[in-house]
Amino acid sequence: MDYLLTEQQTMIRDLARKIAQEKIKPVAAHYDETEEFAWPIMKILADSDLFGVYLPEQYGGLGGGIMDMCLVTEELSRACGGIALGYAGTGLGTLPILLHGSEEQKKKYLPDIAKGKRLAAFCLTEAEAGSDAGAMRTSARKEGDKYILNGTKQWITNAGEAEIYTVIAITDKTKGIRGASAFIVEKGAKGMEFGKKEKKMGIRASATREVIFTDCEIPAANLISKEGMGFIVALKTLDTSRPGVASQAVGIAQGALDCALDYSRTRVQFGQPISSFQAIQHMLADMATQLEAARALTYATARMSDSGAKAMSKDSAMSKLFASEMAMKVTTDAVQIMGGYGYMRDYPAEKFMRDAKITQIYEGTSQIQRNVIAANLIKETLKK
Amino acid sequence: MNIIVCIKQVPNTTDVRIDPVTNTLIRDGVESVINPFDAYAIEEAVRLKERCGGKVTALTMGPPQAENALKEAISLGCDEGILVSDRKFAGSDTWATSYTLAAAIKKIGDYDVILCGKQASDGDTAQVGPGISAHLDIPQVTYVKKIREIDEKTAKVERMTEEGYDVVETPLPCLLTVVKEINTPRMPSLKGLMRAKAAKPLKWTADDLEADPAALGLDGSPTRVVKIFTPETRKGGELISGSSAEVAKELAELLKGEVI
Repeated sequence: MDYLLTEQQTMIRDLARKIAQEKIKPVAAHYDETEEFAWPIMKILADSDLFGVYLPEQYGGLGGGIMDMCLVTEELSRACGGIALGYAGTGLGTLPILLHGSEEQKKKYLPDIAKGKRLAAFCLTEAEAGSDAGAMRTSARKEGDKYILNGTKQWITNAGEAEIYTVIAITDKTKGIRGASAFIVEKGAKGMEFGKKEKKMGIRASATREVIFTDCEIPAANLISKEGMGFIVALKTLDTSRPGVASQAVGIAQGALDCALDYSRTRVQFGQPISSFQAIQHMLADMATQLEAARALTYATARMSDSGAKAMSKDSAMSKLFASEMAMKVTTDAVQIMGGYGYMRDYPAEKFMRDAKITQIYEGTSQIQRNVIAANLIKETLKK
Repeated sequence: MNIIVCIKQVPNTTDVRIDPVTNTLIRDGVESVINPFDAYAIEEAVRLKERCGGKVTALTMGPPQAENALKEAISLGCDEGILVSDRKFAGSDTWATSYTLAAAIKKIGDYDVILCGKQASDGDTAQVGPGISAHLDIPQVTYVKKIREIDEKTAKVERMTEEGYDVVETPLPCLLTVVKEINTPRMPSLKGLMRAKAAKPLKWTADDLEADPAALGLDGSPTRVVKIFTPETRKGGELISGSSAEVAKELAELLKGEVI
């Protein structure tokens, strides 16, 4: 389907596709197996200017928006959802600075991120605070011109690899979620450590670790926005980033459909390619249709975000919910079309299925997305 | 350091088809790309610039659409492109091509290093690079796999041979043809692609060059292609099995039957 991309967006998509197909696809299985972080690929993405597509030109970016970031994430995910996350996770970690950071903070951090010189990470989740982010315990206490952070963030994408961390912590326990604040913590800060690397079902090329703060001192100037704004920063960040997860899901599903389609045309059973059987054709048709619907919703949401829409929690949740559910279904069907071969790790189909699962879980589970959608639906009714 | 990289647009296929009547390549319906070996020359030129400073000019001779190859070269880090294009150049063999490119390089004037791919993937002659250096009367080193040292006056390079490599020192200006072992070409960058989109490569015709008209194109080409054909694929050998004595005996019988 033609999404009427701008000339620059077409260029971005084509370059991301070229890198994904020529450089990532051949090594995707390797990084999945070894669970190493794909630094050589990050270097290629950096040198190609892809880290800067959504950042303003005055900070060394290319002046595009979330739509541009989605195009890159989708193409990279089509080759490997895990490697793509090194890129997309950096976007997530950068959004709090981009959306709410001061001019000084933007000048200090965005140019390095745009160049891909430093990766970023977003630290919200804790052991006891998953879907219930308000239950977080990590605290930040102001002492003179410093904040002292204590607590442990869990399952942080890019942790250990990234150099710039945006962290949500409680500055005033008495105010509940209104007592949360957002901070920038640079890797190497005294009192900041990383936990062991998690072993995951999918997206295994992505690094996931705990980020542990023990009397970690950071300059007071690293507070993003104002004290008490942490939750708003986090929610706005997630509203903006969810089309990114949706595009990761779309890319993963496209990668799976690509393999299932190729396989169906070469696999001969009963004397003919299995693609000549209606049972397979209908599966492929459904997969492609669901995929295109998810892509359309994702792009529409990303464009809405770029147009400066203020309230878009519902739309952003819809794109993430629909695309991630679609990805799980399409990747499962891709494995089914490939039968025993699909189940084998010699073929990429099962990896796409493992990678797809996380998109239903992180940055808000599918159930939380439904809560957000329903709550907004009801709120809209009350306004009428 | 002023670096010139000579590139050629070739059909994007290793399975080149030949027109049986004219004995020339069939280019219709085949996408054109930068000759793969030239991609290494472009990368090395850009690395040289990053190492020593200066400017990289990409140069090609070809039909108007060869401008795309120059734009691609610019997206990969070359500073500017020059397209030498004229009906009068049609039918050039390697002698006339290298003569024309040398004339264009003389017009560029100030240069320190000329880089070429070791050969083009369509014609496979490996003659144009050395031809340019001969026409310019400058030293050449072919099959370069590493530029060890380089300054304004000399370059020390490794020249690949079948059994290893030679270390060659040459004064500048010089011409180097490079092999794929020399580097891994980078991916284009978005900023490079945008620069390439805006770039307007210079276009020079025969009239812009100080060249003998009789030495250009088909008339200036001493080469006559008598016949181009696809060699028959070799059939598989015959496997003799049995004990050593039996095999030796049978082999000897077979060899006796052949006129050796």
